[in-house]
Amino acid sequence: MADEKFAGTPKKATTHVNQNEDLIFEKSSPGKKAYRLAELDVPAVDAASLLGSAARTDLGVMPELSEIEIIRHFTRLSTWNYAIDLGMYPLGSCTMKYNPRINEAVARLEGIAEAHPYQPESLSQGCLGIMKLLQDCLIEITGMDAITLQPAAGAHGEFTGILLVRAYHQSKGNARRKILIPDSAHGTNPATAAVCGYEVANLKSNAQGMVDIAELERMVDEDTAALMLTNPSTIGVFESEIHKIADILHAKGALLYMDGANMNALVGKTRPGDFGVDVMHLNLHKTFSTPHGGGGPGSGPVACKKILEPFLPTPVVVTRADGALGLEYNRPQSVGRVRMFYGNFGMFVRALAYILANGPDGLRQTTEDAVLNANYIRAKLEDTFELPYTTRTLHEVVFSDRLQAKNGVKTGDMGKRLIDYGFHAYTVSFPMIVPGAMMIEPTESESREELDLLIDALKQIAREAEENPELVQTAPHTTRVQRLDETTAARKPVLRWKAPAASEPLEADSAAKEW
Amino acid sequence: MRYLPKSPADREEMLAEIGVASIDDLFSSIPAEYQLKRDLAIPRQQAESEIMDRFRVFAENNAAGYASFLGAGVYRHYRPVIIDSLVQRGEFLTSYTPYQPEIAQGTLQAMFEFQTMICELTGMEIANASMYDGSTGAAEAVMMAVRVTRRDGAVVARTVHPEYREVLATYAQHQEIPVTEVGYAANGRVDLAALDAAITDNTACVLIQSPNFFGTIEDVTAIAEIAHKKGALLIVSIAEAVSLGIVKPPVEADIVSMEAQSLGVAVGYGGPYCGVIACKEKFLRQMPGRLIGETKDMNGKRGFVLTLSTREQHIRREKATSNICTNQALVALMTTIFLTVYGKQGMKELAEQNLAKAHYAQTALGAGAKVLFEGAPRFHEFVLELPKSAEAVNAALLGEKIIGGLPLQKWYPELGPNASLWCATELTTKAQIDTATNYLIR
Repeated sequence: MADEKFAGTPKKATTHVNQNEDLIFEKSSPGKKAYRLAELDVPAVDAASLLGSAARTDLGVMPELSEIEIIRHFTRLSTWNYAIDLGMYPLGSCTMKYNPRINEAVARLEGIAEAHPYQPESLSQGCLGIMKLLQDCLIEITGMDAITLQPAAGAHGEFTGILLVRAYHQSKGNARRKILIPDSAHGTNPATAAVCGYEVANLKSNAQGMVDIAELERMVDEDTAALMLTNPSTIGVFESEIHKIADILHAKGALLYMDGANMNALVGKTRPGDFGVDVMHLNLHKTFSTPHGGGGPGSGPVACKKILEPFLPTPVVVTRADGALGLEYNRPQSVGRVRMFYGNFGMFVRALAYILANGPDGLRQTTEDAVLNANYIRAKLEDTFELPYTTRTLHEVVFSDRLQAKNGVKTGDMGKRLIDYGFHAYTVSFPMIVPGAMMIEPTESESREELDLLIDALKQIAREAEENPELVQTAPHTTRVQRLDETTAARKPVLRWKAPAASEPLEADSAAKEW
Repeated sequence: MRYLPKSPADREEMLAEIGVASIDDLFSSIPAEYQLKRDLAIPRQQAESEIMDRFRVFAENNAAGYASFLGAGVYRHYRPVIIDSLVQRGEFLTSYTPYQPEIAQGTLQAMFEFQTMICELTGMEIANASMYDGSTGAAEAVMMAVRVTRRDGAVVARTVHPEYREVLATYAQHQEIPVTEVGYAANGRVDLAALDAAITDNTACVLIQSPNFFGTIEDVTAIAEIAHKKGALLIVSIAEAVSLGIVKPPVEADIVSMEAQSLGVAVGYGGPYCGVIACKEKFLRQMPGRLIGETKDMNGKRGFVLTLSTREQHIRREKATSNICTNQALVALMTTIFLTVYGKQGMKELAEQNLAKAHYAQTALGAGAKVLFEGAPRFHEFVLELPKSAEAVNAALLGEKIIGGLPLQKWYPELGPNASLWCATELTTKAQIDTATNYLIR
């Protein structure tokens, strides 16, 4: 009976189309098109005869779809992402703040988006003006003397900054051998030192999670090129003896590099240039609100003191005698170029729009709100989770999972469970000086109501950890896919799609029925 | 401040809950002498309309309304509107690196599609999820070849983009990678005899660009043979990815480093762009940057994750393959959408139009100038030796609302002051080419 009634029903269960979008290649059909080229206004050419043996005959499995199918494909994919626009993204160290839309609008103005990096200086005054104004603002915000906008991201800024350090020491006759890095540092710091040809000497933190001054004094010698210090540190603590740290380094001719990943805790309240920093990078995609975009692009300007200015990458923006702006390439002591052209210019536009929208009062209030939010979370949750360092913290708070781990619930589990409550996870297991770290950075973009929701969720999760640990250990339960097998992904890497052989049967999608 | 979601009462109540009297108490760990007691000397807070006006003025002070024959590593192609519609969706724009794969499958699947398309385009077996750009990607590729071969020298063609070579020099100096440059022959291609002579037992890799900086397509097969004969890897840098719609991919290469800007990314005064490294699968463990892999979840459902992160800095610290962390994910998404819009047939037709425009431009402008480097196939760029200095010609062309080719003397003094590099894409019109030609033959 049923067979007749539902005659023609496909064998494979129809799945929730939005939740089971195939790969773009699997949706492709020969002959479909999403483009039409303009009519050619010059004679067509015979590519085969012009290119000879260099001519290509086939483009493999490149997709063929219509425009509506492409829109649906990527729109459906987008709905599988969590985002700041959907809710709080308390990833410590990543500074997931609101990305204002005016920034996107001005970056797409034709005269800006269509500017070619080699167009004449006389026709680039707008772009150069944007760079100059942003530079001036960032120099004032950091209290430094000079800046380059060229580095493409934070780690690239670190690379550039350490090259400046190296060039400085080299100009004094000895590049020196090692860079000191606290054990609380981001992984990019030691990786950067290595790329710049330096040895890494690890500096242990003291009981407050700060630089151990005695240990620093013992370690700094004439072979030390610099200390790479994140301030406030990755546990959110301001190094209150910062000037002593600078003095110890300077006494031995070493320099103080500041990783500016946490600059959003300081803007408008204090300036690294005033407290002894010689060189630092900024992350425009953290402190200055340029969007993270699923992993990039970033931008990592490097600001420095006068002593390092001669070594900045080429070109630098200069004001010519007639008042016009220009790009100066003749810099004999420069470390060279770290990227083609002038850096991730589109990010400069967005960061400048953000600075203008805030002004001095807005930037200060932004910093204060970020610190207020983090301290509010800390105050509300310090009875629920262990707080390994009780030192005063600024823009983020790092708890540990020690109390919950007794029931077998780890920081990673609780982070995943937070997803079920509608939040992104906090940063899990970093910094490494805190075993089982739960690193929470709310940023200024959260209202009190949102903070209370996060606090309630984390309290609820702590209770679940006691009463029903398995619920937390197997989270998330509400997402399109559940925990993914990362071990097999690494052991048997499948890094691209391949067309199934014609004879090969398509694998049954056992999970699809749930949808 | 309009981005801050708090009322004054909220702030007061929250301070009370924390148990401090004022916001300054929360900053008490900053020594008093370093606390900024004044306003930052930056422009005052501005309305959205004021910001828009200000940037419109910046935009007008550029080259809007000019036709341009500039290429040289950055190419103006039409960007389908849906690219910006899609990448401005908040779920793509305002998400972070997909460290929590359960709520980042959108970015992860799109990047897996990107990796697949890059493999197809370049003829390589694997590709990463992007590098900063073509210049740093080329430098990273050289360092990768050094790790793979355990040799330490690089031989680099002078026909590689000069700024790529400058970036490589910056990276190579502290890695103690000696870089030897090899010149070009009369047809604008790598001088094969000089290349052969430059490669030693200690050469880790040969780095070339194709189409090269002069627009000429290199003989990748012959170069690969020379490099491989001496145990060196071949890295092919591609600055104009649209060329791959019609130019044979460098399948003989070991590593391809590509700048994907021309696939749907605005020229935007130099960035952000999208580098990518693709290579033979056997070099996987030495690949820098993020990789997306396919896997299954607990219920057997297909999903994607960041994988092989034991190569990366956040795990390996100073022993990582690179210090790269942030990449160009959103820009990689733009190129993925661009490649999907044009697809298998459109990429070919698009490349053919570029070829036709450049062929017409080269023939037309050649009536008033000498075309250098004849005798080898080229894509959409060509070098002209003008009747007078390239700077003078360009200055005069500005009067016609045309930005002429890029003067080459700065990087190639041997070509003299009259040589410049011209580019025509599908967006260059016959009328623009004819206007420039009329000036030249006048």
